[in-house]
Amino acid sequence: MPEGTLCNKKPIETAEGITTLLADKSGAKYYEEMKHLDIDSDLLWKTIQNTVKSRMKTWLEICAHCGMCADSCFLYQVNGRIPEQVPAYKIQSTLGEIIKKKGKVSNKFMRDTMEVAWAQCTCCNRCGTYCPHGIDTGIMFGYLRGLLHQQGFVPWELKIGAGMHRVYHAQMDVTDEDFVDTFEWMVEEYEEDYPGVKVEVDKDDADIMYTVNAREVKHYPEDLAEAAILFHIAGENWTVPSKGWEQTSLAMFAGDWAACKIQVESVYEAMDRLKPKRMVGTECGHAHRATVVEGPYWAGRPDGKPPVESIHYVEWLAEALREGKLKIDPSKRIKEPVTLQDSCNYIRNHGMKNATREIMSHIVEPGYFIEMAPNKEHNYCCGGGGGFNGIGLFRSQRNQALITKRDQILATGAKLVIAPCHNCWDAIRDLEEEYEIGIKWSFLKPLVLKMLDIPEHLLPKDEDE
Amino acid sequence: MYEILTGPVFYLALGVCIIGMIVRFVLYFKGLSWQLDRVAYKAYPGAGFKGAVRSIYKWLIPYGTYGWRTQPVMAFAFFGFHIGAVFIPLCLIAHNVFLAEKLGFSLFTISTSVADLITWIAVFCLLFLTLRRLVLPEVRILTDRKDWGVLLISLAPFITGLLARYQVGDYTLMLNLHILSGEIVLFAIPFTKLSHVFLFFASRAQLGMDFGIKRGGLKGTKMAW
Repeated sequence: MPEGTLCNKKPIETAEGITTLLADKSGAKYYEEMKHLDIDSDLLWKTIQNTVKSRMKTWLEICAHCGMCADSCFLYQVNGRIPEQVPAYKIQSTLGEIIKKKGKVSNKFMRDTMEVAWAQCTCCNRCGTYCPHGIDTGIMFGYLRGLLHQQGFVPWELKIGAGMHRVYHAQMDVTDEDFVDTFEWMVEEYEEDYPGVKVEVDKDDADIMYTVNAREVKHYPEDLAEAAILFHIAGENWTVPSKGWEQTSLAMFAGDWAACKIQVESVYEAMDRLKPKRMVGTECGHAHRATVVEGPYWAGRPDGKPPVESIHYVEWLAEALREGKLKIDPSKRIKEPVTLQDSCNYIRNHGMKNATREIMSHIVEPGYFIEMAPNKEHNYCCGGGGGFNGIGLFRSQRNQALITKRDQILATGAKLVIAPCHNCWDAIRDLEEEYEIGIKWSFLKPLVLKMLDIPEHLLPKDEDE
Repeated sequence: MYEILTGPVFYLALGVCIIGMIVRFVLYFKGLSWQLDRVAYKAYPGAGFKGAVRSIYKWLIPYGTYGWRTQPVMAFAFFGFHIGAVFIPLCLIAHNVFLAEKLGFSLFTISTSVADLITWIAVFCLLFLTLRRLVLPEVRILTDRKDWGVLLISLAPFITGLLARYQVGDYTLMLNLHILSGEIVLFAIPFTKLSHVFLFFASRAQLGMDFGIKRGGLKGTKMAW
């Protein structure tokens, strides 16, 4: 059977398509159909010829097979150090083989490759920084995912996720109306506690255009309110767009490059329309990577930058604390052992290690912040990056992958883990659920909100006065 | 035989090596694509250059990177071999006498005792790397016939050179074998993994530009290699 009804080479373009695929519980039929999916070898080989150029060709050719990448990979470390988990082996036995065979590979090979691409690499790019030749296997796995997606070999959840971006311009079925309504409603809930707090939608020429993760709208609406309150207290002139508010991209995890472009362009259109001075994104790693780091290239921008300066939430927060827009009440600082999760997507891959540490210096009582080892750009993936968290088929592999972070956290002795990244936050929540090590985990917004020294005029007036 | 090896074959080998690598070097950089690689090389030449230089320089220093420091024994073997592989062919007195005669110029030279020392270190390190390839499962799984070929080609000039140096066996034969094995290396450089002799700099420069431009460099963060 060439193309299945659920598992095929066509991306999902309609809401009905999403509903149909979602109705196939855990993708049972989808994965069954995948076993019979044909490979379009000509298309695969043509794509490779057009896209594997200098950089990747050289990477694959000059790899000295020295194995120095092995220890850099947390998945190698945590899976019994089996040689099949060595990054160089993982990419050469998959992408390398496809190229060697000029695209003429079997269905079984492609299904095995799918497992390697999504369950044996989180595209954290750590190995790239440990290779003497500068071979970044994570980048090659990102590329390989694109080839697999083209051929229909993509995990069920990510096919749905990429479809969501095509249909809703969001990673979930959250419409623009849902977004605006939820944001306004959540902010209203806090009007009494924070008089004057409001969210202005589609305001032109604001200083900040704020973008979010659709999960916040659907599952964690408190996060939206917290963002609004913090902007309000900081006295920021900010807005949210009614369209183009979603910063994330499951399409990036899926390797659906066309959907990546559609998604990121929706955000850039909002920038062009509202002309804010800056965009600030929420506490999410891959969202930042997708919209700020990789997005400009998907959208064909030769300067490699979004239309307006775009920063991560931690950069905004560090700046607000530095400039005194937000003041921390020293008596409310964190006074228990606390550690910090460095998100691969904006620490290793966008150089923000100092911003998060600057924040820690404001919100943690001196002596209580304990660094993980290793940390900063050398930190390990949370264990759930690159879409790993969301793939049911690979849940047991993902749970195994969490052990690295668990042990890193245990070694710090910290009872609280600050994770300013949705993916890391989820992974750390799951590792607590799975391994019960007795920790708490948090984004920055709720923590900072609780320890603010709020100016008198922003506090609610006492009715007796 | 000696005349042929040190005459036409020598010039041919050197020519193939140099022209081959110039071609590959040029093709490498011409083939970089800002859209495929997702790095805006041309938009930020300054940041790219700085990132590239840093990325090369850090990795050339023994124990200069996290990568080298996390694997100290491997790093020792690596540098032990590569120091010999670079300085012996280029700086040995005998080689420079030969160069001056053939090409009319010579490079700086190292004393015989230093040369002996770094040659022996190189040989032992290469043998250690060979052993490592045989023993460590994470290296063995990657190893293919080409790797053994490259190892053999790289080891041969050292062994034949030492045999000639200590005049073990027939000196003329050893010398001819030594010259031949050196020329095989030159011929092999552009066409095998030995291309890393030059492409190491290209590949490292590329990742350096990536970090220097896209992954934090423009934010003023230097990658701690």
